[in-house]
Amino acid sequence: MMNRALLPGLRNALAWILSAMMFIPLLLVAVNSMKTKAEANGMNMSLPKALQWSNYSVVIKDGKLIQSFFNSLLYACGATVGSILLASLAAYVLSRNRTRLNKATYFYLIMGIAMPTNFVTLMKVMQWTHLVNTQIGIILMLAASSIPFSVFLIYGFVGGVPRELDEAGIVDGCSPIRLFLTVVLPLLTPVLVTVAILNFMGTWSDFIHPLYFLNHSEKWPMTLAVYNFFGRFQVNWNLVSADIVLTTLPVIVIYLLGQRFIISGMTAGSVKG
Amino acid sequence: MNRAMYPFYFGIAALVVYSVFFVVPGLMGIYYSFTDWNSYSDEIHYIGFDNLAKIFSGDAKYISYIENTLVFTVSTVVLKTALGLLFAIMLNDGIRAKGLHRVMLFMPSILPMLVVGLIFKSILNPATGLLNESLRAIGLDFMAQKWLTDLSWAFKSIIAVDVWKGVGYIMIILLAGLQSIDKTYYEAAAIDGANFWQKLRRITIPLLVPALVVTTVLNLLHGLKVFEAVYVLTNGGPGYATDVMYTAIFKEFSNGNYGMGTALSSVLFVVMTALGYFVVRLMSREGDER
Repeated sequence: MMNRALLPGLRNALAWILSAMMFIPLLLVAVNSMKTKAEANGMNMSLPKALQWSNYSVVIKDGKLIQSFFNSLLYACGATVGSILLASLAAYVLSRNRTRLNKATYFYLIMGIAMPTNFVTLMKVMQWTHLVNTQIGIILMLAASSIPFSVFLIYGFVGGVPRELDEAGIVDGCSPIRLFLTVVLPLLTPVLVTVAILNFMGTWSDFIHPLYFLNHSEKWPMTLAVYNFFGRFQVNWNLVSADIVLTTLPVIVIYLLGQRFIISGMTAGSVKG
Repeated sequence: MNRAMYPFYFGIAALVVYSVFFVVPGLMGIYYSFTDWNSYSDEIHYIGFDNLAKIFSGDAKYISYIENTLVFTVSTVVLKTALGLLFAIMLNDGIRAKGLHRVMLFMPSILPMLVVGLIFKSILNPATGLLNESLRAIGLDFMAQKWLTDLSWAFKSIIAVDVWKGVGYIMIILLAGLQSIDKTYYEAAAIDGANFWQKLRRITIPLLVPALVVTTVLNLLHGLKVFEAVYVLTNGGPGYATDVMYTAIFKEFSNGNYGMGTALSSVLFVVMTALGYFVVRLMSREGDER
């Protein structure tokens, strides 16, 4: 549709320029993670004379990355599994049985998509529940903040799953929980995968919850560890770059594996005319 | 039948976790906004509207928190929508290596904001950063700036970094919107001799409204909640010139001024919940149609 307005060659060139602008910062980090301290001083695009793989081992050791990697994995997986389980149970009954109470409950749950977190009073709640500075506390907070959007997406999807299957289950004498686990849950797989990927990436990237609520470095996720590492090694851009690469790698891998689901999840509900 | 097979208790766990760790702190915040709660004393006194009066008293500091948050939100909404639309139109058809471009343009949206902040801290470094170096290399020395420490540039730089990170996300949603538009509209318009701008104004934009509403809402909510971009790039500086609501709240919290922190948080809570009410009404209506 644009062909007449702009020459195709010009459009292709423009596309490459824009893509390069988006990509160069990432390339910059990758290149500098392989340099010596002196070479990486300016964080420029010149290539390293020899590849310094040792930067990575230094970072893993000094940045305590193995510990924080497993912390991140625990928080992201815990919050993802928790929020999906709770959200799918809720979204399923709320969508299937649309009484006034259930509609109001749904409305209340998805209000969280817009509401901001009050971190100051959340601290008080964490103290009351004795969850401050604990790993389970972080998981619960992250799960709580993922519930609204998860419920929203799953609720929409449940509406498209035929009720006849539930009825068949009921006729066969399934209990509600068995009906949900053996009949409904498998049918929700597409949306659950989407929600899982979105939640995992969101919780992996979270920085503000641990910043407020985790004082001990052995419980830090990678985001907080990398920020602290930056604070200590600001002048060593080669090490900081290697640290950034390692922190980012998991989300990039998940993204490349789940690209299809991410795009469909993000565009779900937004394109309807 | 329905009640027996779809028991309400299925939703209780979600309700409890969400309420305790999300809604209750928000509501408690309203109460504590009226107190002098702080880390120096165990007693909490009711002080009425003192905190809120301070926020809206015209004190330059508090004005700048609110102003910056609004400027950030409006600028990022406008820029991301405009650029996202441009990218989406560009990638919609007639371009080679479309898939590759899509991945490259979207890649920044998946990175943690913290990481993006650190990367741009290096790029925007005035002495050695890639941006100033490149400007000098092509002879544009006069354009080199102290991007993150100069009063007139710091906030613009933060906005630019956030747009850089988020534009791909908006592009993907708008691209999906574009692809759902029936091609025959354009064919008919072409027969009538419409030019590119006419097609954009009369067909593309009107039919893209649902997708534009969604991206605007997402950007709006994201903008009001901005934290990491500011915290990592400038930590609110120089002075408090680039502080936004969430960084101000964190500073009050770190200084032990819990009452004030929670008052700021409650201002945001009330504004966003009111905004959210309309958003959610809009979204649940769409859900019912399905």
